[in-house]
Amino acid sequence: MSWGFLRDLLSGVNKYSTGIGRIWIAVVFIFRLLVYVVAAENVWKYEHDEFECNTKQPGCENVCFDHFFPVSQIRLWALQLIIVSTPSLLVVFHVAYRENREKRHNQKLYRSPGKMDGGLLCTYLISLMLKTGFEIVFLVLFYKLYNGFRVPRLVKCDMRPCPNAVDCYISKPTEKMIFLYFLVATSGVCIVLNVSELSYLIFMYSIKCYLKTFSKKQR
Amino acid sequence: MDWGALQTILGGVNKHSTSIGKIWLTVLFIFRIMILVVAAERVWGDEQDDFICNTLQPGCKNVCYDHFFPISHIRLWALQLIFVSTPALLVAMHVAYRRHEKKRQLRKGDQKCEYKDIEEIRAQRFHIEGSLWWTYTSSIFFRLVFEAVFMYAFYFMYDGFRMPRLMKCSAWPCPNTVDCFVSRPTEKTVFTIFMIAVSSICIMLNVAELCYLLIKFFLKRSRKAGNPKHHPNHETKEETKQNEMNELISDSCQNTVTGFSS
Repeated sequence: MSWGFLRDLLSGVNKYSTGIGRIWIAVVFIFRLLVYVVAAENVWKYEHDEFECNTKQPGCENVCFDHFFPVSQIRLWALQLIIVSTPSLLVVFHVAYRENREKRHNQKLYRSPGKMDGGLLCTYLISLMLKTGFEIVFLVLFYKLYNGFRVPRLVKCDMRPCPNAVDCYISKPTEKMIFLYFLVATSGVCIVLNVSELSYLIFMYSIKCYLKTFSKKQR
Repeated sequence: MDWGALQTILGGVNKHSTSIGKIWLTVLFIFRIMILVVAAERVWGDEQDDFICNTLQPGCKNVCYDHFFPISHIRLWALQLIFVSTPALLVAMHVAYRRHEKKRQLRKGDQKCEYKDIEEIRAQRFHIEGSLWWTYTSSIFFRLVFEAVFMYAFYFMYDGFRMPRLMKCSAWPCPNTVDCFVSRPTEKTVFTIFMIAVSSICIMLNVAELCYLLIKFFLKRSRKAGNPKHHPNHETKEETKQNEMNELISDSCQNTVTGFSS
């Protein structure tokens, strides 16, 4: 029970997505989830053990680490992945509700429960907006918490019980920075995909509506 | 045998739950079990190794750690999740018992049995009424009790939900009072508050489900008492719509997630 669960969840959503939606799922699987599991997790694995301060004062390292990393970047990354994938469940719930309704009435109420029209289109658009919103929120959170996406080699710490100001060294700063930029880039790509899918769907729907009213007027 | 086993067991219960029950199950899996496994366990992974006391006295660190953390947060959460998931098994057992009875009827060749074969019985979804309603309602009640008990235990054991950076320890064999520093206190506080928030959401969902079931029960009773000679074929248009709404609310969202389907 871990990332496999999220993978199953997203595979279930794949059926009801548009083409761009499927590209989004592929990007999330390959460039975010897979990269997280096989690479990024190991980079941050010993972040606390390898965080060294130039002092023998017991407790100083703990306090300084806690001060500079209130929530570890890798945990934020994991939370982002989980929360950004969750709005897709709304679509799955809605389709299940439609299928259930058809079964209950023993008649065909919809052209196809999975077809994107009417209420399901609305749900899909809401899920897209939520996904984009969450991505942006997490990127802003990252930026605010760590003053940008750079990871410095050296930080100066003067929290109690450290005596005066103490030099503390972060482990693998360059590698962490590269992965953070990678995270930002993939988040950006996902935001672009979501926004283009949103615009495409709204555009198609408006054209449909316009053609309908136009043909009605003609009659 | 791990959290996947719990997922398999609870997935079977999902079919017979109300829609609020299905939302509760989703919240449990995604925001509690998954967060516990992929994030929280890593945060608490080095809790004893990086618990540092300002002393060279052997044994002092161990004793102080044990004094301040009688049972680790992670273990408490795991226990909470197991206890909170277990009442759903009552429902699963009741459904299995009913299925067993129907199969027995089928084998005896009972005229009353409305099923034609074992497969149909296995696929049958039972409505929450009669004795199953009592089992289901008591399972929700027990869930609520366990959630509340664990939340209180957390609050009581750790004096609130904040994790302090520094703890002063004077347990034997530490000489006088010794400063001990906890590892990652802010991250732990963030995750503790997150887990408490999700617990509260689950409690609210359970309360809502309980209220819904009770309201449905009393409405049904009052309808039966109010119309003793009511013939089902003469239902008014409004009543049909109301019945349809009630059934939709209670039976919607079947097989919501492929991981749950059974």
